[in-house]
Amino acid sequence: MTDFLGVPIPVLLGQLLLGLINGSFYALLSLGLAIIFGMLNVINFAHGAFYMLGGFVAWYLLSRLGLGYWWTLIATPLVVGLAGIGVERLLLKRLYRMDHLYSLLLTFGVALMLEGLFRHVFGSAGKPYPVPTLLSGGLNLGFMFLPMYRAWVIVVSLAICLITWLVIERTKLGGYLRAATENPSLVQAFGINVPLMLTLTYAFCVGLAGFAGALAAPLYQVSPGMGSSIIIVVFAVVVIGGMGSIGGAIVTALALGVIEGLTKTFYPAASSIAVFVVMVLVILIRPAGLFAREA
Amino acid sequence: MSEPALLDVKDLEAWYGESHVLHGVNFNVRRGEVVTLIGRNGAGKTTTLRTLIGIVGKRSGSGLLGNVDLLKVPPHKVARHGIGYVPEERGIFSKLNVLENLLFPPAWKTGGMSIDEIYELFPNLRERGATPGTRLSGGEQQMLAIGRVLRTGADIILLDEPTEGIAPVIIEEIGAALRILKERGITIILVEQNLRFAASIADRHFVLDQGKVVDEIPNSELDANMDRLNRYLGV
Ligand SMILES: Nc1ncnc2c1ncn2[C@@H]1O[C@H](COP(=O)(O)OP(=O)(O)O)[C@@H](O)[C@H]1O
Ligand SMILES: [Mg+2]
Repeated sequence: MTDFLGVPIPVLLGQLLLGLINGSFYALLSLGLAIIFGMLNVINFAHGAFYMLGGFVAWYLLSRLGLGYWWTLIATPLVVGLAGIGVERLLLKRLYRMDHLYSLLLTFGVALMLEGLFRHVFGSAGKPYPVPTLLSGGLNLGFMFLPMYRAWVIVVSLAICLITWLVIERTKLGGYLRAATENPSLVQAFGINVPLMLTLTYAFCVGLAGFAGALAAPLYQVSPGMGSSIIIVVFAVVVIGGMGSIGGAIVTALALGVIEGLTKTFYPAASSIAVFVVMVLVILIRPAGLFAREA
Repeated sequence: MSEPALLDVKDLEAWYGESHVLHGVNFNVRRGEVVTLIGRNGAGKTTTLRTLIGIVGKRSGSGLLGNVDLLKVPPHKVARHGIGYVPEERGIFSKLNVLENLLFPPAWKTGGMSIDEIYELFPNLRERGATPGTRLSGGEQQMLAIGRVLRTGADIILLDEPTEGIAPVIIEEIGAALRILKERGITIILVEQNLRFAASIADRHFVLDQGKVVDEIPNSELDANMDRLNRYLGV
């Protein structure tokens, strides 16, 4: 058998792989969004802009400073995380006591400004970023060709998501984080520096978005619009998974990436709306999201 | 000559947003003493405790602990000075089980109780370690909230209405536990509306009314001052 419902198997597997790759990026981004929402009660519209920032930092480090891919992968989340600290300390922090809407508008504004700034300075055209030599080429699996870089993206994204989830659900630090979502002033009264914890959480999550941007650079070109095009899907993922459910965000992200890939194979015209169709269905049937915790 | 105060609270004022709630609260507690803050609902008892540990945003005055002013200590560092807070709403974490709740606050000082000692003090909690904290009865949650700060080595405990809405049998158990803590030298600031309970354990009572301390009554003179007290409490 070489095809399935009229689609050649290698093509189908190729699309599945693409779906998993997209799903990996959705996972890295929606994980951060879900944590930021759960901990800070902020809907971080700037998340896509930090992803874009990560892409540009990686590109800049390589093309202007000659820093290789592996160092870039470490440096980029740090730089983007620092930018996150700036945003949280200077702006977001002042809005915690107010309605969600204020921080949503603020982060939306930050996203627009960052994107506009990068468009102004670097132009709209994409900047190429080479695949690192160690990961160029691919494996012939017999039934399909697996580019090494894509395999690496999937593995490293899943590993990071899993580790983050374990830290939050299974460690003492994660316990402080979870308790602080429930009763921040009491956690503080027990001697834990909650404001610092919130700042670092925000920095970590946008650092993850920056990391995803660096990871994406060799696959897609780096451009000012890369954040706003992915963030809409990522928001749909978080809505489908259930705001604040971290495990749910990861699973939903991968599943939606795959659904998107399959739609592209069988009915290409619908591929860009598949995620939103799922979102509408979920909102109709289970408005709190698939993985929302029962109150 | 009386012993100097361990904690001396002076001219405490506090605001919630625009509304000025405390207008000069003055009281003190000596080492190993139990003092109460009594007063009718809304008098400012809870706010006094919250102001001391820094949960209230805008505040002034001082709370001298030796030469440290608690009002100048950042809120997350107050616990390091041996202050244990048991809030009125108890604050048991629903996402953590009983044992995790007990183990939650970091132990900042040496000399805190072990989990076993806490179970000895509150036998109801033993064998319940794996139960989600908020599944316990109200009285047991109160025990858990008290037990939780005993592990941290806190030697001044701020206890907000531990008997509120709790069955009489459990109230007695909590009273017995507090007397044991007092014997161990722990200092307790107790917010209480149940006068009988307060009288069974306290050394002195401070009466709060409309955000001010308006009277101080030694426990030994409580009976003689019952009329005055009832007037403050609006009974
Ligand atoms: N979070 C709050 N925001 C605004 N006002 C508050 C808040 N909490 C308490 N108050 C007001 O402050 C006053 C003192 O309240 P509280 O300290 O809780 O009194 P008590 O503990 O003695 O019953 C009351 O008038 C109450 O309505
Ligand atoms: Mg109260």
